[in-house]
Amino acid sequence: MLSRTADNLYWLARYMERADFLARAIQASRRLAALPKAYGGDETEWESVLLSSGAALAFEESGRPVDEANVVGFLTFAPENPGSIRNCLEQARANARAVRTALTIEMWESINDAYLEMRSLESRGGVACAQELARFLELIKQTSLTYDGGAYRTMLRNDAYWFSRVGLFIERADNTARLLDVKYHVLLPEKEIVGGSLDYFQWSAILRAVSAHTAYHWVYRTSMKPWLVADLLILRPEMPRSLISCYESIVLNLDNLARAHGRQGAAQRHARGLYGRLEKLSMESVFQGGLHEFVQSFIAENNRLGALISEQYLF
Amino acid sequence: MDSRLTQFDELAGTDGCTRPPYRKLSQWLAETPPELLASRREQAELLFRRIGITFAVYGAQEATERLIPFDILPRIISRSEWTALEKGLIQRVAALNAFLADIYGAGEILKAGIVPADLVYRNPAYCPEMAGRRAPYDIYVHIAGVDIVRTDDQGFFVLEDNARTPSGVSYMLENREVMMRLFPELFAMHRVAPIENYPDELLATLRSVAPLRANGDPTIVLMTPGQYNSAFYEHSFLADKLGVELVEGRDLFVRDDVVYMRTTEGPRRVDVIYRRIDDDFLDPLCFRPDSALGVAGLMGAYQAGNVTLANAVGAGAADDKAIYTYMPEIIKFYLGEAPLLQNVPTFRCREAEALAYVLDRLDQLVVKEVNGSGGYGMLVGPHASKAQIEEFHAKLKAHPQNFIAQPTLALSTCPIALASGVAPRHVDLRPFVLQGANGARVVPGGLTRVAMTENSLVVNSSQGGGTKDTWVIDDAWVDEKTMGQA
Repeated sequence: MLSRTADNLYWLARYMERADFLARAIQASRRLAALPKAYGGDETEWESVLLSSGAALAFEESGRPVDEANVVGFLTFAPENPGSIRNCLEQARANARAVRTALTIEMWESINDAYLEMRSLESRGGVACAQELARFLELIKQTSLTYDGGAYRTMLRNDAYWFSRVGLFIERADNTARLLDVKYHVLLPEKEIVGGSLDYFQWSAILRAVSAHTAYHWVYRTSMKPWLVADLLILRPEMPRSLISCYESIVLNLDNLARAHGRQGAAQRHARGLYGRLEKLSMESVFQGGLHEFVQSFIAENNRLGALISEQYLF
Repeated sequence: MDSRLTQFDELAGTDGCTRPPYRKLSQWLAETPPELLASRREQAELLFRRIGITFAVYGAQEATERLIPFDILPRIISRSEWTALEKGLIQRVAALNAFLADIYGAGEILKAGIVPADLVYRNPAYCPEMAGRRAPYDIYVHIAGVDIVRTDDQGFFVLEDNARTPSGVSYMLENREVMMRLFPELFAMHRVAPIENYPDELLATLRSVAPLRANGDPTIVLMTPGQYNSAFYEHSFLADKLGVELVEGRDLFVRDDVVYMRTTEGPRRVDVIYRRIDDDFLDPLCFRPDSALGVAGLMGAYQAGNVTLANAVGAGAADDKAIYTYMPEIIKFYLGEAPLLQNVPTFRCREAEALAYVLDRLDQLVVKEVNGSGGYGMLVGPHASKAQIEEFHAKLKAHPQNFIAQPTLALSTCPIALASGVAPRHVDLRPFVLQGANGARVVPGGLTRVAMTENSLVVNSSQGGGTKDTWVIDDAWVDEKTMGQA
């Protein structure tokens, strides 16, 4: 397939995944920020959403005070924030439009419908009230579900599909890792848990941001423990947003590409290496070496994979 | 329309007696409540927007993606009318091809004094790089869009030949799909000739002109200027239907006179390029050096015979409005046949007598720039202001050779469904003619363009014109009549 098409599909998947993550992160934070101060609800929560979405610097430049209205506005509709949901969706649609021939009608329609709806919302002044915001965030989550489902159910299993899957999982791994990076301090095991911890609602907000709140209980069948939250997001293969699960999918899709092209390259080797390390890893060793350090190095390795894919396939 | 001219309505005829092809539709319209039409109109708009069938209008920042207005009532042509039209179209395109092969070759028609040589050689669309070279299989115009109008029950006139990169075929195909979703009952009542095979016919045409080395399995691509081009939707639609890659200039490169595309598996050789990009932008080494849309070295590969371009470079020299006036003679010269389709009577302003006649009657005539397109650079006398007429008077006197003039035609009308009810509007028709090494093909129908504003004659989509589905139906009423008499 054309390198440009592959590039577009790869980024299209990343934008869609990012928009979905932003929507979930905002929802989880609103829930947390709405709690009484004694339960962990306070404005610093908005600070951490900015950090985990990678928008902190751009927000700072806007000179606005950090509060719910400003941060939510910045992350949803602000045109000056390159990573706002609005811009993600617009970029996704521009990419989709450029490679329409590589998408199925279901995939295109899900993006186009959401885009048209967002434009009409925007022309009515954006998300003015809490109810509208909730509806908009739901729309974004729904769109990523129909888009993803459309891809899964209707796309031919060829390089178009594999490139877009690789994009999705690299972005998802990045998002999960960033979330861990911002919240690592509340996930450390040395914290003694006595009765109801102040951080309890922090942990549940993290799980909600990656839609794993229910999953946690099915996997561990125990009350919430921070190190288990970290375990779920890093090492549990059955958790679809864990780092290890993302890498399992990345390896699989890159291998499909390699088989079709008859050539294994640096991207495949790098992904397999990273996956192998995750497989051998235990949470004890993660905590020993430092959760923060681990996450930071993972983010760098994940970015490195993105660069290798570009070199190998996208010219 | 000029109220002095009698208007031919394709449904009502001139005597107000419904013409046979429209009988069933007319009856259906009489029985259909207006609310139903209104709801189908809404549905149609929704469908088009969802599918993303849009058209970009240059210069309109806010509305870079606009829908072309779509009218839900079909335009109906009988099989017998179509058969005659089809023959004429194929004849016309055969003559265009012969003419191009001649002017880039021996130039017989110029030597015979039938077409003035300066009209050809000074034409900006004439491509000197093609002189003395033959296009593969001597085919220059693989895809032609011939604009057809009618003014009465009798026949069709050619208004314009489009031999470069005619667009609109995606609307023809999508209009039909949308109509079939909206009005299954109407399709059940009429036997409408299908057009869905157009992409297959186009593919067969493109495959037939591939270089021999492709060994019957050529790699074909569709080349677009990119997603900001007004017809980008059509480019992606066609590439998808053809099952070929949609490439931009930057996806291609030339090495040793061979064209390759950049793929995830490395370079892949390209044999046929269906290009939807103008000559000027094809190759910065050969044409416009500032073009970022083209591919350096493409002309060299083309001249070496390693790649086929459709349409051929320089094909525009045949669809010029000045050459148009010679088409009847061109058909006779190459084919030895009388033209089956008539031209609209046209005055060549380069001829002194014609110029004097035209200058005297600017308020009655339509004046067109020889190299203009899309309804730009045009004067519609009966609708023009005094200032506009004066402006054209001066232009004509300064550069008469740049203009032709035609009488204001009473273009036929067809009913369209408006919010206020059903009303007649002027239409034209663009059928698409395919010419391959293995014959000519036309799918029955074409794109009907509608001037959505009352009395307007401008059907161009760039200027607010709309489209409707075009049906070729069997002349079933002939059987009914015979059976009635028996």
